[in-house]
Amino acid sequence: MEFEPKIVAFVCNWCTYAGADLTGTGRMKYAPNVKIIRFPCTGRIDFMLLVKAFSNGADGIIVSGCHPNDCHYTSGNFHARRRWIVFRALLDFMGIDIERITFTWVSAAEGAKWAEIVNTTVDKIKGIGPYTAYQEMINEAWEEE
Amino acid sequence: MEKLREIAGELLKSNDVKVVIGYTKGMNNKVTPFFAKKQEDIAKLICGNSCAQNLAVYLYKKDISDLGKPAIVANIHTLRGIMRLAVEKQIDKKEMIILAIDNAGDIQKLDNLSDLENYLSSVIPQLNEEDQQMLDELNRMTPGERMVFWKQEMKKCIKCYACRQACPLCYCTRCTVEENQPQWIPVASSVVGNLEWHMMRAMHLSGRCVECGQCGKVCPVNIPIHLLPVRIAQEMKTLYGTSTGISLSEKCDMSTFKPDDKENFIG
Ligand code: SF4
Ligand code: SF4
Ligand code: FES
Repeated sequence: MEFEPKIVAFVCNWCTYAGADLTGTGRMKYAPNVKIIRFPCTGRIDFMLLVKAFSNGADGIIVSGCHPNDCHYTSGNFHARRRWIVFRALLDFMGIDIERITFTWVSAAEGAKWAEIVNTTVDKIKGIGPYTAYQEMINEAWEEE
Repeated sequence: MEKLREIAGELLKSNDVKVVIGYTKGMNNKVTPFFAKKQEDIAKLICGNSCAQNLAVYLYKKDISDLGKPAIVANIHTLRGIMRLAVEKQIDKKEMIILAIDNAGDIQKLDNLSDLENYLSSVIPQLNEEDQQMLDELNRMTPGERMVFWKQEMKKCIKCYACRQACPLCYCTRCTVEENQPQWIPVASSVVGNLEWHMMRAMHLSGRCVECGQCGKVCPVNIPIHLLPVRIAQEMKTLYGTSTGISLSEKCDMSTFKPDDKENFIG
């Protein structure tokens, strides 16, 4: 059976979620592997949530919100961008596979871009395979008990 | 050493300060923090290159701050710790005397934070060789190798929280690691849970860590845990050109942004 990656998408309410809605109303087809979690703003997407996704078995992650200057709350995405820059560096230093996290901006008008982002992310994760290195660590804790 | 004891003795005698926070020789000849309150204590104070711990944390520990105005023996780590605590409004600006000691052993008495700022303006923060070597080594590894390295380290962690207790900037009275609504980090020690705990701690110290290495020094199972916050501090330096614990006007890089912040991974 072909490997079907589990992808978790953390998106903001005002742009990317609306964009993903447009993908649907526009009847565009895209890979069904993604579970979307809606946040008020990218500024609210705590870095811990991304780690929790991996700890709960995700193989890949998408993080998306309004383009710079378009945040509904003016600067949430600017703060988020800095946080991602630093967090990504930390993840890399800890050996977490940062290729598994797609960071992007998708506006409410970019339904087609959303479909494309999901499809390319799913293809990419299919290429790299399941995140067994991380999942083994979770099991390791269980075995030791 | 003589000079330090002389100054500290004077300060206690004049009743200007109630306690001198410094170092002494403890068990197994190890250097340990020491709190001189009486004249007899003065002879136990020591200084020198082995006194490398960051003492800034004691400025706000209740047992010590309750004693009254302190004088604090301060190496570069302690100095930067004090400065950063002042920037984050965690210590009283007036009520303290700082006995700054440089690598050559010269002592300078600083009476307030602007003195401290002046003193620090001529200091170039530098990581010690050993830490730099470890960082370079880790940076050279592949991500896969780094994961194996940290996994081995995380297996050792007993979640004693000594790293947090010793860090001058881990002053929150409620830490996310103890939150249970929601529970971010599992209570029991487990590889992934420990990884999450240290990842969280490093992120919460980003833009604030003063690179003293104290968290790693106190770890009972010798995890070089300071490398995580220190690695971020270095990243901050490269990205935003900032150092921490140097100037009264510094900010936290993580609570600000520039509309044109550069990155190369957001599509
Ligand atoms: S001091 Fe060491 S063992 Fe204790 S919690 Fe920190 S890393 Fe873990
Ligand atoms: S995180 Fe570690 S190295 Fe950084 S300030 Fe705290 S104790 Fe020092
Ligand atoms: S509301 Fe979309 S990023 Fe802030």
